[in-house]
Amino acid sequence: MGAGIAAGADTGPISSQEAAFRAQRAERRRASLVAFSILAVCLLAAAWVSEFYPSSLIAGAPRIGEYFQRIAPHLELRHLLAGTETEGSLAFWFYRLDSWFLLILETANMAALGTLGGALLALPLSFPAARNLRAPNLVRIACRRGLEAMRTVPEIVFALIFVWAFGVGALAGILAIAVHTAGALGKQFADAMENTEMRPWEGVFAAGGSWPQACRYAILPAALPDLLSTALLRFEINIRSASVIGFVGAGGIGQELYQVISFNNYEEVSAIIVLLIITVSCVDLISERLRRRVIEAVA
Amino acid sequence: MLRLQGVSRRFGAVHAVQDVSLEIPAGQMLGVIGRSGAGKSTLLRMINRLAEPSDGRITFENTDITALKGQGLRDWRTGCAMIFQQFNLVQRLDVLTNVLIGRLNHRRGLLAHLGSLFAQFSAEERAAALATLDRFGLLSTALQRADTLSGGQQQRVAICRALMQNPRLILADEPIASLDPQNARLVMDTLRQVNRQDGITVLVNLHHLDVARAYCDRLVAMQAGRVVFDGTPAELTPARVEQIYGVSEAEFHGDMPEAAEAPLFPVPAAALA
Ligand SMILES: Nc1ncnc2c1ncn2[C@@H]1O[C@H](COP(=O)(O)OP(=O)(O)OP(=O)(O)O)[C@@H](O)[C@H]1O
Ligand SMILES: [Mg+2]
Repeated sequence: MGAGIAAGADTGPISSQEAAFRAQRAERRRASLVAFSILAVCLLAAAWVSEFYPSSLIAGAPRIGEYFQRIAPHLELRHLLAGTETEGSLAFWFYRLDSWFLLILETANMAALGTLGGALLALPLSFPAARNLRAPNLVRIACRRGLEAMRTVPEIVFALIFVWAFGVGALAGILAIAVHTAGALGKQFADAMENTEMRPWEGVFAAGGSWPQACRYAILPAALPDLLSTALLRFEINIRSASVIGFVGAGGIGQELYQVISFNNYEEVSAIIVLLIITVSCVDLISERLRRRVIEAVA
Repeated sequence: MLRLQGVSRRFGAVHAVQDVSLEIPAGQMLGVIGRSGAGKSTLLRMINRLAEPSDGRITFENTDITALKGQGLRDWRTGCAMIFQQFNLVQRLDVLTNVLIGRLNHRRGLLAHLGSLFAQFSAEERAAALATLDRFGLLSTALQRADTLSGGQQQRVAICRALMQNPRLILADEPIASLDPQNARLVMDTLRQVNRQDGITVLVNLHHLDVARAYCDRLVAMQAGRVVFDGTPAELTPARVEQIYGVSEAEFHGDMPEAAEAPLFPVPAAALA
């Protein structure tokens, strides 16, 4: 079959094109090989610097399994559906389901409020941060740097600061998520705005509109589907961060998880992790649907 | 009376517009013609300061346009509405809101300005916008999104937006270059109607001499940034065109690269080889 094609292509400009194609392919393969070699050398160097040795990996790996064995629940088939008093039942494993459920709700709530607050903070900063909207240099640079600072500091650091300032609880967590989210979303919002069409922008100015009016009427409508989509995606990410920042006392299920880990209440650790996995998957599923709906509705 | 005195604009080494002086009396319909790159767009855009002149002065009834900034500049832009080749409507907003954009600068004070950011238009403003749309047979499209309209309809919506500004002047930069002949005529008719009925001065860039002759009171021809002809349509005979540009009228139209004239389904060059 291949021979038939080759026979047909054996003459004139077609075969010379084929030769050119092969030369190009060979050139590309050589370039890829070089790139991969460089990457491999870098990886090895990085591993050596960070003491990522195969020996320590082999020595430590079994301990991971050991930990999982410890936190594994003791379930017994004949007692599986028995009440909270019977050892070996599901109910015994999840004996504090009611309070954990409330804590999970609090975690989701933190993520939702943090995302909303962050998005509302990000929006006004993203217009001057978008390069194509030509805000005065000083304002643009201040906004870009500000957003950068907010997103490069991890939530957990903000959480530490806010716990220190406002005390242990969900408020600190919400604020921490909101600030980090504002930085991350502000950058993504500005990117979305940089991709919008500029003709309406000129149209609003030509009609005597001001800069804020041009942002509102020419840019916002065009960028809105993108903005909503990135904000909802960020909500999914924030559910995860919300369950971790509780470790430093910023509310939600993370606070509880930290306690059961440090008190070595092994079975409770696994129970909470299972709950978290279920919650995060549910939120991902729902949020995915919601995102599609919202985009369809505004697009 | 709009007066341009020695207006020039350079882009690096390119002299887009060179030493143009014109006096345009109120109520005139002036056509600016020229081949691609002659500087027509740059000239028009300098008048409403979407481009800054490098040299010269533009005055309107004793106001120095070139010196305006801030609110004064916005007021001037409101007073000389601009029509674009690509309409420049906000595609994802409805037609009514697009027309109301023409009112954005008519609100004074911080509070009113803030209100405009929340699309707070008054019932009177909406009524005026709807009446304008009705005048040009577009009332039924008021709640449609702009991108659902045909090119000709969009350009007429843009004219409605311009009229909502209450302008003294309309600057139209190749308003019919992206339209089919029928829609082109409709849009040109609309511009002339606005000129005659509302007494609005119209400056229109055109690259079709026939259209320019049919609609304008006066024609200005440009080449390489300079005005090379200024007179009545009757004076711009085919012989005169040939004398000015060194090519026949057919050739004058021929080498005009226009988006609208590109084939609807461009054939890849490779397929032709
Ligand atoms: N922003 C710019 N930067 C650099 N050069 C520019 C810019 N705008 C216009 N020019 C140059 O100025 C000259 C005049 O351009 P202009 O757009 O005014 O011509 P035009 O007569 O409107 O042409 P067309 O019929 O193609 O629209 C051209 O040589 C163009 O390349
Ligand atoms: Mg042009």
